[in-house]
Amino acid sequence: MLDCISGGRLIAGMPLGTSADANFSYGIPPIVQRERYREAHDLIVDAWTRDEMFAFNGKYTQLRYVNVWPKPIQKPHPPIWVPGGGSSSTWDFVCEKNYCYCYLSYYGNIFATKIMQRFWERVEQNGLDANPYRAGFLQLVAVSETDEQAEKDYEKHIQYFFNKCMAVAPEFQAAPGYQDYRSLVTRIKQLSGGRAEQTGQWRDWKFKDFVDNQYVISGGPASVVDQLKDAVKRLRVGNLMVLLHIGSMPHELTLKNIEMFSKEVLPHVHDMWDDEWENHWWPEKLKTKAAAAVG
Amino acid sequence: MVTVEEKFPKIREGLLHPKVLTAGEGPPVVFLHGAGGLRWGGFLDDLASDFTVYAPLHPGLHDPDDIRRVDTLWDLVLYHYDLFDALGLKSPAVIGHSYGGMLAAEIAATNPHIVSKLVLMNPIGFWLDEHPVLDWTAMSPEALVKAIFADPEGDIAKEYLQVPENEEEFKDFTIARTWAIACTSKFTWPIPDKGLKNRIYRVSAPSLLVWGKQDALVPPEYAKEFSDRLVNTTVRTEILDGAGHMPQFEHREKVSRLVRKFLLE
Repeated sequence: MLDCISGGRLIAGMPLGTSADANFSYGIPPIVQRERYREAHDLIVDAWTRDEMFAFNGKYTQLRYVNVWPKPIQKPHPPIWVPGGGSSSTWDFVCEKNYCYCYLSYYGNIFATKIMQRFWERVEQNGLDANPYRAGFLQLVAVSETDEQAEKDYEKHIQYFFNKCMAVAPEFQAAPGYQDYRSLVTRIKQLSGGRAEQTGQWRDWKFKDFVDNQYVISGGPASVVDQLKDAVKRLRVGNLMVLLHIGSMPHELTLKNIEMFSKEVLPHVHDMWDDEWENHWWPEKLKTKAAAAVG
Repeated sequence: MVTVEEKFPKIREGLLHPKVLTAGEGPPVVFLHGAGGLRWGGFLDDLASDFTVYAPLHPGLHDPDDIRRVDTLWDLVLYHYDLFDALGLKSPAVIGHSYGGMLAAEIAATNPHIVSKLVLMNPIGFWLDEHPVLDWTAMSPEALVKAIFADPEGDIAKEYLQVPENEEEFKDFTIARTWAIACTSKFTWPIPDKGLKNRIYRVSAPSLLVWGKQDALVPPEYAKEFSDRLVNTTVRTEILDGAGHMPQFEHREKVSRLVRKFLLE
């Protein structure tokens, strides 16, 4: 329906769902979550693409009559992006399906470097090209007139975001079974000392620490453009999910951030890969629109 | 010292890959372990001097892919019928600890003839709003230790909690423990009350309930719940002071003596 209302501009994001949400809040057993997710994915794609009514006899969903109307405008179906947290089995899934993988870390692009390196190795092992548009990354960005003004505008909201919105007890980060066996083995074997990752290291951080560690890209427009270009190249990502409303940021300040980002940052980064690569994971309708708007 | 052997019986045409630890000689006793995995301790050594002990690993703990082929609690119960058959066990005594206790009760309730005697040690399987079973899947190691031992600072707790010094061994240990909880919680998530209350009346095997009085994970109030609902058999309840969720470790001698006496009667 959204694809129809938007005239074929829908991107379907299909995240597995966090453990805190799916397991602890909704009661889905962690060990079945992936299998259940993939089955649900199959059901959705079938419902979008099959012309005739059909029965779906799944392990987790049984539907005697599947007959979705209206069908999406985009054919065969809207592009699918799969947000993930660095799990290798999700990489295999997106490679198998040729979807766009979006690494959703709130820890910024430096932390993400190694993870995205391993993602690109996986892509290569699967015999796929290194088109940057098969990857996306979520980055917190806060733009202001100058670096000094950015600190004044955004510091407390960034601190609020990390200290309040990101406060999850380690026991609720990932229930046993949320990672499948192979991902679990990979993760534990890579931990130094085999101890759990430390979280909350940002407890006493100031604005400068968040920017130095690139949890947040922030500053005046020129500085933000430089930081963003560096991150995009290093991670080799064609799609950015830019988080511009951060923590306790009030309405007016959020509008300012969005406007400054759109006018003074985006035009400098939006076509970084376009002389070499085409974005096959973007709605056709938006391609012309975006080019026209920016051009 | 007891010699523990490994068996790999074939069930479901080789589709599933159980692993069973076994030791001792005498009448067969099956031991079903708790959610954290199987630890062969002194209690099983003691049992092995009078019985042939069979301690299967729960599905998925030996071959991680097996857990995907056992979907429901009903599948899991059938898996154990098959396992008993494959091991040639006609009517063994069954001992279940914690998660294994719920499973043992399910087996004895759904197929009363294949269990000769039933021992439940701090079993899960019911839910009382006034005494919620703690969520062992989401507890810090410190909180878990306090919940499962009567004396968390004692030597027995310390020995139980000892982890390998070697880094690689510690990683393997962490993986095994995490995966054990992952596999077993498939059948208990998010609340370990999966209908045993509708079936337990069918149990006909004489039953022994052993409960550590200081068990904060599955409080001893559940002992009454079990004994009240085991209406078609004799039930003896032993609440042990000075033990928590792991009475076979904290009160090894007493538990070994009680269980031995009960099984030989």
